[in-house]
Amino acid sequence: MDSSAPALQLRGLVKHFDRPAVDGLDLTVRTGEFYALLGPNGAGKTTTLRIVAGLLRPDAGAVSVFGIDALADPIAAKRDIAWVSDEPMIYDKLTPFEFLEFVAGLWSIPAQVAEARARELIGWLGLEPHAHERCQSFSKGMRQKVALAGALVHEPRLLILDEPLTGLDAGSARQVKDVLAARVRGGASVILTTHILEVAERLAERIGVIDKGRLIAEGTLEELRARAGHAGSSLEDVFLELVARQNAAA
Amino acid sequence: MSQPATLAWFGRHELRLFWRDWISMMTAGKRGREPILAGVAVVFAVLIHMLAYFLVVPYARAGIVPDKGTLVVLTGGGFLACSLMLSQAMESVTRAFYARSDLDLILSSPASARRVFAVRMIAIALATTLLTTVLAGPFINVLAFYDGPHWLAGYGVLLAMGALSTGFAIVVTIAMFRGLGPKRTRFISQVVSAVVGAGFVIGAQAAAILSTGKFSRLEIFRSQDVIAGAPGLASPLWWPARAAMGEGATLAALLGLGLGLLAVVIAGLSANFGDHVVAASGEVYERKRERRRERFRPASVKRVLRRKEWTLLRRDPWLMSQTLMQILYLAPPALLLWRNFGDDLSGFLILVPIIVMASGQLAGGLAWLAVSGEDAPDLVASAPVPERAVLAAKIEAVIGAVVVVIAPLVLALAFAAPRVAAVAALGVAVSAASGTMIQIWFRAQAKRSTFHRRQTSSRIATVAEALSSILWAGTAALLVAGSWFAAAMAPIVLLILAGTWAIRPRQAP
Repeated sequence: MDSSAPALQLRGLVKHFDRPAVDGLDLTVRTGEFYALLGPNGAGKTTTLRIVAGLLRPDAGAVSVFGIDALADPIAAKRDIAWVSDEPMIYDKLTPFEFLEFVAGLWSIPAQVAEARARELIGWLGLEPHAHERCQSFSKGMRQKVALAGALVHEPRLLILDEPLTGLDAGSARQVKDVLAARVRGGASVILTTHILEVAERLAERIGVIDKGRLIAEGTLEELRARAGHAGSSLEDVFLELVARQNAAA
Repeated sequence: MSQPATLAWFGRHELRLFWRDWISMMTAGKRGREPILAGVAVVFAVLIHMLAYFLVVPYARAGIVPDKGTLVVLTGGGFLACSLMLSQAMESVTRAFYARSDLDLILSSPASARRVFAVRMIAIALATTLLTTVLAGPFINVLAFYDGPHWLAGYGVLLAMGALSTGFAIVVTIAMFRGLGPKRTRFISQVVSAVVGAGFVIGAQAAAILSTGKFSRLEIFRSQDVIAGAPGLASPLWWPARAAMGEGATLAALLGLGLGLLAVVIAGLSANFGDHVVAASGEVYERKRERRRERFRPASVKRVLRRKEWTLLRRDPWLMSQTLMQILYLAPPALLLWRNFGDDLSGFLILVPIIVMASGQLAGGLAWLAVSGEDAPDLVASAPVPERAVLAAKIEAVIGAVVVVIAPLVLALAFAAPRVAAVAALGVAVSAASGTMIQIWFRAQAKRSTFHRRQTSSRIATVAEALSSILWAGTAALLVAGSWFAAAMAPIVLLILAGTWAIRPRQAP
């Protein structure tokens, strides 16, 4: 493994369904970076992240995770990755404790280590009173927190999150944001898609804007403001301007 | 056009949903398959009429008179149909209370919940009647053609029995709701519906085994002892049989009783259906605590996957009724084994294929749950575990569950006839393996809760699974009999499996 390699590197990524979903995408997430991937509905964000997580194979291009060719050796790449989608992937009939035990087992984390991490996460995310209740009765926010705990229990170096805050109440959203920020401070890298631009504005070090499967802009918030010619304006204004320009050019 | 929110309006709405749901189920949701479906329906109708012809015409040509022997056979058949109707109606009524689907929308609207539920209960009665009519109708048609149109009264009897079964199912389910509460009702009603559905069939088979030593459930209805001990011709017990043979007044009385009971039950109880649904919804969202565990258990990846599958199978509320029926049908073979312990090969000729067939079907069902019904496919796919290892663990979980159910029977066989037990064990292994592999080849992501409609995922998989378990059962029977035809039959099953594998859908990368 190359220690100087970026957390994620995409080169010429292409995926077609009935139309091009990802169209020659180049993108780099640095180690220890919080990267927000923004774009209108159908821009190709989820497809890109699903390819990185090993859930879809691209038609062309290269995916590298910490220097590992994720297409040639997906198992090695997956050891460092966690994937969280907007629809929490948990089992209704398992308790959070059992779920975390299962996920830790999938990543072959020794039971004692996993158990300590699980207890820490359960406490951190405020799930203690429900740790031994089946997830079937949980609200969307609680389910998302359980899914996030599952993603963190094996301490991934790259967290891939697709709309992780959708449907969460303010308190839960704050908890999730705090957990993610703490992970980045601890050296992990995060790539996240969101329609809640305030999240990207506050948390992300760099922001990528994708439209029709292509990266149309990338940089810090200030760099994007400068590019859009909207100094001091909100990310929402910048985002809408960049997408509108792209559509006008097309 | 009917006025909104009236009975007729809700009826139209239900009919439209039922029709689209049925078409979608039969065509696996693929457009343009309706002509094929129509063709298959015609072929099915012809085949089942041919079967009815061969079974019924010898009796019809001789002339059927309403003597005690005829009444016993018809009444026995009627009870078989009625137990299946009652079982289906109980499951449908319970599902109507627990399924959320559109109920939140309807109950939050100003429309009368009473009307909605009245229509739904009538729909359950019609669906229950329709299913049995599909199977019994050809027999009625053949009898009407060869022995006279008076047999068409059989359709009226089916309608009366469907209404009676549904009315009874509603009363029993609501009584359970009130007496046991929504939490226990779902579980107990599944068990009761499975026992009712299989109970009469199994009871008739058990009685035949104990009295005649034969396996056919019809034997008991042909038994001279039963005919001699049956009540006189004037007994009300024979009303359904007499009505089916065309007695107008009896048919009218039966229809009045069935439809009347259903009407009274709906009128009397539909006002409270909404309360039961609300109570059931509380149960759905009720917190279920598990035994507190303090420690994670060390385990390999495969063991973790197997353990997860077994936990989910154990905690699946609807799985109970689906598999209980298959397990209950093993009771008569077990009885036959006990009765013929070690002294009669003919019993084993029936016992072994039933065990082999049940294993294939059970394995197919469990494999569907483990593979297609995976609740978190992305989570498992994003783990650093090769897909092959995941599948292997799931297969082991399925086979393990089948072994737990089937092993006691095979072990008992081993004490009675070791060679037969070896054949049974081999048959169980290949049948269960075939059922599992077919479900893996045709895996398609689906919700676990749609298990009872798993055949919609792939008709080919359903047919192949049924064919392989039936043919492996036949091969096992031939082996038990020591016939060399087994050597010819086994390659046929393997060819079918190879053909099924060849036309399996390409899995998405």
